[in-house]
Order: sequence, then structure tokens, then C-alpha cells
Amino acid sequence: MRHLIDILDFSPEELQELMDTANDIIADPAKYSEVCRGKKLATLFFEPSTRTRLSFEAAMIELGGSVLGFSEAQSSSAAKGESVADTAKVISCYADIIAMRHPKEGAPLVAAANASVPVINAGDGGHNHPTQTLADLLTIYREKGRLDHMTIGLCGDLKFGRTVHSLITAMSRYEGLQFVLISPEELKLPSYVKKEVLRAKGIPYAQTTDLEGAMPELDILYMTRVQRERFFNEEDYLRLKDSYILTPDKLKNAKSDLSILHPLPRVNEISVAIDDDPRACYFKQVLYGKYMRMALILKLLKEAGSL
Amino acid sequence: MNIDAIQNGIVIDHITAGLGMKLYDLLGLEKLDCSVAIIKNVHSVKLGRKDIIKIDADIPVNLDVIGYVDPGVSVNIIRGGELVEKRSIDMPETLTNVIFCKNPRCITSCEQELRHVFKLTDRKNKVYRCLYCETKAN
Repeated sequence: MRHLIDILDFSPEELQELMDTANDIIADPAKYSEVCRGKKLATLFFEPSTRTRLSFEAAMIELGGSVLGFSEAQSSSAAKGESVADTAKVISCYADIIAMRHPKEGAPLVAAANASVPVINAGDGGHNHPTQTLADLLTIYREKGRLDHMTIGLCGDLKFGRTVHSLITAMSRYEGLQFVLISPEELKLPSYVKKEVLRAKGIPYAQTTDLEGAMPELDILYMTRVQRERFFNEEDYLRLKDSYILTPDKLKNAKSDLSILHPLPRVNEISVAIDDDPRACYFKQVLYGKYMRMALILKLLKEAGSL
Repeated sequence: MNIDAIQNGIVIDHITAGLGMKLYDLLGLEKLDCSVAIIKNVHSVKLGRKDIIKIDADIPVNLDVIGYVDPGVSVNIIRGGELVEKRSIDMPETLTNVIFCKNPRCITSCEQELRHVFKLTDRKNKVYRCLYCETKAN
């Protein structure tokens, strides 16, 4: 049974296959509007995430399927003390595919080991969020026409930002990339990511605290939010939350074909004045995320023999 | 110092000096009621100094634990006073319920019945990571 728990569960060829399917859906959505008729997606969200949950639900509905599930642990049997393994076994009896978000790292892997239907990791704490990476990859691919040979700036919370770790890991398999890591000292990319991904693969990278200084060389600028929920200490959050705020002024020296991405939700790290700039891609990124989730649901259901 | 030869049992040899007690603890040898000898800082041509553990009973030992604590150790099986098998121990690819994840955000921190599984992710630097949250073992 195939699942998607970590972005590395899929080869670059499989990611390309997903992007090709997503592009085909974008070109002709009507062709896909009934392909999942009679199939059910269970969205098991043990912590709130309206955006990701609605994206999965919209994806399944646009494929002609149905959705069921819950959006917080209090309304699930977890509140009664049920294990993730038992939940996965029970929901396998009701649904054809599961999308799970859980505050504990590794919970979707436990679900996958116990479910008899495909499990998609929709975010496990600060660990992995592979379908966000799918959205990021399709956005870059559609904006640049390629996933190789470019300079990618990652800005903000690079320490707790799981989307950043997943994107670096996924992109590390393409040639000719370099990364510019822009963050406050306290939120630098963890050393194990630098050592085990970037240095291990000989990928050049630079670390800086200076966003404007790095701007001219960037093809992609991936902004992130400093996430309150990842801090044990409120004082640290308040001190670091406004480290980087992207304004039109800071884009003066940027390339004309820069693409600005953000996994959303944003707080104030990208000024709303940027939204009308043609280089702002973050709302397109949301849309592409839905299409990639559609492509993913199709692939996993087909591989499970459900379609 | 004289330690009697054993008739039926196990000799864990070529333990890096200082790791004998750690192996004793992780193998749970304190629970045995047979004779167990830990010999520390023995002269060794190969290692300079080494520790040795002798267990005077033919019991199963967890080779994964030995490979995790000190790869390169040799395990000698003795029967009838004779060496019948000598095994060189390498680092295991996975460790199950040998070490425990300390990440409070890991699913193993709240689901008590889950096995604690660690994978070898970097053989050169002997790095094991939690299967679930990828936290590095200390």
C-alpha cells in the first residue's frame, strides 16, 4: 500500500508524474470531475487547519468524490483515549483514503502502518508537511518551467519551519540549485539539515540575516511565518515575530522575474501592498496545492486498486 | 586476577574500554541469577585496553544492543568449555525498544504501547534517528 508520509516517499519521476497530472487537471478540469464518484476521503484533523483541510476536501469534491471526518481532536475518539493505530483501522472501514493532520510527529506514519487504505500526511507537528511541498513544487515548476538551475532564498523561521525543511529536501534532488538561508540567528536552519542534505549532496548555500542584500540574486523567495505554536516561550515569539517584513521597497533590487512564495497563512511578513505585484505567487500556490492534492488522491487510489 | 573459564555461556570480548558497564545495563544482565563477570581495562594487543563480559549461562543476548553500543565487539559462544562460535557484531540497521525517543513532540511520547524504533541514518558517524519524528538518538 502506497502512502505519502514524507516527500522523499516519491521519486523525482513520480513528482513529475503528479505535476503532469495536475497540469492536465488545470487544462481540462471537466475530464476529472467524476473520476472519484463513490469514493470517500476521510479528513482526520487532530489539530485545526482550516486551509489544508478545505484544500483536501475541495480536491476530493472536484474529483466527484465525497468527504467525511473531523477538524479537531475534541470531536474525535482520540478525546476518549483511542490510539492513532486503532483510529486508522476503524476509519479504513469507512473511507477509501485518509488525510491526517496530527500535532504529534510521526502520527501519520503510525496510521499508515495500521490502515488498510492509503494515508496522506497532512502535517505532523513541526515535522513533515509533504502536500505543502507538492504545492510549492508545482508553483515553482509553473512559474519557472523547471525545478533545476536556480537560486532559492528561504526567509524567516528556518528552524521550526517544516515547509522549509521539506522543500530543501525535495529540491536537493535537482541539479544546479543554490540556497540562500535568510533568518535571525535564533531561527537558523537546523545543522542536521545543512549537514545531511545540503553538504552531503554538495549543494552550495549561504546564510545571512540580510534579506535586502540577498535579494538581487534570487529567482525564488520563499517567505515563512514565525509560528507562535512552535514556541514554548511567548517572549521568544514576540521578540522574533517581526524579524522580516517584505515591503515593495525591499523588492527594489529584486529580479523582474522573481517568484515570491509563502505557505500561508501570513501574518504581517508580506505586506498586502505586494499582493498586486506580478511576482507574488502565494495565492496561486494555494490553488496549485489543491490541484496537486487532486493528482495525489488519484495516484494513491489507483495504486491501491480503488480506481 | 583470576576469572574461571566458563563451560557453557557467552564471552563478549573486545569491548571498548569503559563501555562494559553500559553494555551490562542495556543487556539487562543484572536480572540474571548466573555468574556474570565484568572485567575492565584488560590489556589488549589490538585495542590497548578493553573490557570483557563473561556470562556463565547459554542465554540469548540482544546482538542489536551490542552493535549499537560498540560495533566491533566479538561475541564468543562457549559450549562444553570449547569455543563453538565467534560472531563479529556490526551496527544494526534498526533498533527496537533499546533506546527511547525523548522528543516531547513525538507520537511515542503520548502513545505508551508504540515500539520505540530507531533507524541507522549515517553509518559513518553512527547516527540513529527515531523512525517517527527523526530526532537524533543521544
